[in-house]
Amino acid sequence: MSLRADVRCVAADFVVEASIEAERGRPVALVGPNGAGKTTLVRVLAGLAPIERGTVALDGTVLDDDTTHVAPRDRSAGVVFQDRVLFDTMSAVENVAFGLRARGMRAGEARERARDLLRSMDLEHRANARPVELSGGEAQRVAIARAIAHEPALLLLDEPLSSLDVRARTEIRALLGKLLASFQGVAIVVTHDPVDALTLADDMVVLEHGRVTQTGPIDDIRSAPRSAYAAELVGINLFTGRLEPIGDGAARLQTDAGAIVVSCPAALDSALEDVTALLRPVDVVLYREQPSEASARNAIRGTIRSIADDGQRARIRIDASPPLIADVTSGSVSRLGLKEGGPVWASFKAVEVRLVLPS
Amino acid sequence: MRDLPGAVKVLAALAVVAVALPLVALAARAPWSDIGRLGASGPRTALFVSIEVSLAAAALSLVFGVPTALVLARARFPGRSIVRSLALLPLVLPPVVAGVGLLAAFGRRGVLGRGLAAIGIRLPFTTAGAILASAFVATPLLILTVEAGVRALDRRKEDAAETLGASRWYVLRRVTLPALAPQIVAGLVVAWARALGEFGATITFAGNIRGRTQTLPLAVFEAMQTDPGAAILMSLMLVALSLVALVALRGRFLAR
Repeated sequence: MSLRADVRCVAADFVVEASIEAERGRPVALVGPNGAGKTTLVRVLAGLAPIERGTVALDGTVLDDDTTHVAPRDRSAGVVFQDRVLFDTMSAVENVAFGLRARGMRAGEARERARDLLRSMDLEHRANARPVELSGGEAQRVAIARAIAHEPALLLLDEPLSSLDVRARTEIRALLGKLLASFQGVAIVVTHDPVDALTLADDMVVLEHGRVTQTGPIDDIRSAPRSAYAAELVGINLFTGRLEPIGDGAARLQTDAGAIVVSCPAALDSALEDVTALLRPVDVVLYREQPSEASARNAIRGTIRSIADDGQRARIRIDASPPLIADVTSGSVSRLGLKEGGPVWASFKAVEVRLVLPS
Repeated sequence: MRDLPGAVKVLAALAVVAVALPLVALAARAPWSDIGRLGASGPRTALFVSIEVSLAAAALSLVFGVPTALVLARARFPGRSIVRSLALLPLVLPPVVAGVGLLAAFGRRGVLGRGLAAIGIRLPFTTAGAILASAFVATPLLILTVEAGVRALDRRKEDAAETLGASRWYVLRRVTLPALAPQIVAGLVVAWARALGEFGATITFAGNIRGRTQTLPLAVFEAMQTDPGAAILMSLMLVALSLVALVALRGRFLAR
């Protein structure tokens, strides 16, 4: 039970030729730089854009091929569009009820179901508000509720977090995380934020210039990114574990492979499981000797596993507890005398670590 | 803001005066002591005919104008620009020519008129004919207004509706038309105002029959030859009606 798409289609000024597979219950992150064709691909899967050739099949039913085109209304799809695209002539609850009404459900029952859905998203008090009266986060919740109200088999989310401010983004990411974890259908999330991809999806499809450059479980892509873009996107230090406050505004994140010190979230007064933390490789500083008298709370000793040097910048993978990735200039590699297999000290400040708390 | 050259301001002021002067003159020259004469049967009948004809013409332009605007803005077919020019032709056509054309089509010996007469439908020199003539010249204004609205519409709203399972008809009814409501209302008001003032096509195709096809503009024209005072009073009545249209459109033309 899954989605299989192998299509060639023409976007505004370029060709998208991509093959995607997605399993039910395993959300896929569709990532790629701007203009890679992500939105075009979403429109194809939704039935809104024609394919030139190829096939799209959901659960074995052909939606698109040389002779078939199933209209969007006849696909069991729900789409969360970029910038939401809510119906601004309708209230929030009417927006959510739209898919049920359009499929012939009686008005009263559809409204009731829509209201229940809004309640489950803590938005019942805004049910009668117009989209223009909603905050970004509220409007996004309405857009998500509208897309799932009719229980689609295929859920397409096009940059669901990109138009939000930081606070709403955290809130909606948690909501989507919960939603996707229990979603029984095929889900595809378009994003170019590594945090969204890592927290919302299990598998990843990397799309660049209209071509799929890599596809597979996110962990596999993390350990062996095949393009500079993918390396940049997922080549980020990611830690998951138990977070406990240690005083002085700091907290320790205990992972299976070692501990790091991070800044303590204001709300944390006891230990919290399943916390994700991210650290950009450029924020990791390397030393030959143990650094002293530094403000950084983390100084970890390790062994250099690999150095990927493009002449300007070098990406260093370090075996340590926990393992780290660091980006330094090529000059630093020779200045510090870094060699594969050699020792190194890696250091970073607690405040550089970005925390993603579970919902 | 950068200041405009003096000449531009002078010309603009002249234009405003040129528009305002006739209106002021109308009010100044009106025999206000005779205002009660507007209640007489002649002007009153013309007013009722005008209201009936202009409202019916506006309704006709709505029924045919909105679909035309949607097709012109959306559909891609060969000869589309020719069809569009045809649909908007009455805008630039002298109204009297429109009247003659309507006679040629729907007159007793007209292309279609003969067939219509056979089944007992007569349009020339009837109220229905006056309505048709007014709608003929008014509809393009509604088409233009609504077409601009359709082009400005975010098509993804309709895409969203379609992915939610809506049929074409349901999308049109629940999403497209409500989104176009402001343009439809504006187009309706402009078309109604145009129909209210319609003269040439009406008198040519429907004649000047009191109580049937004599609208206020026709009554004004007739009264000018015999009773200028009454003509001025009826003109002021039309000014009052036009002001209603202007107020209805205040969001678009006034203020800003």
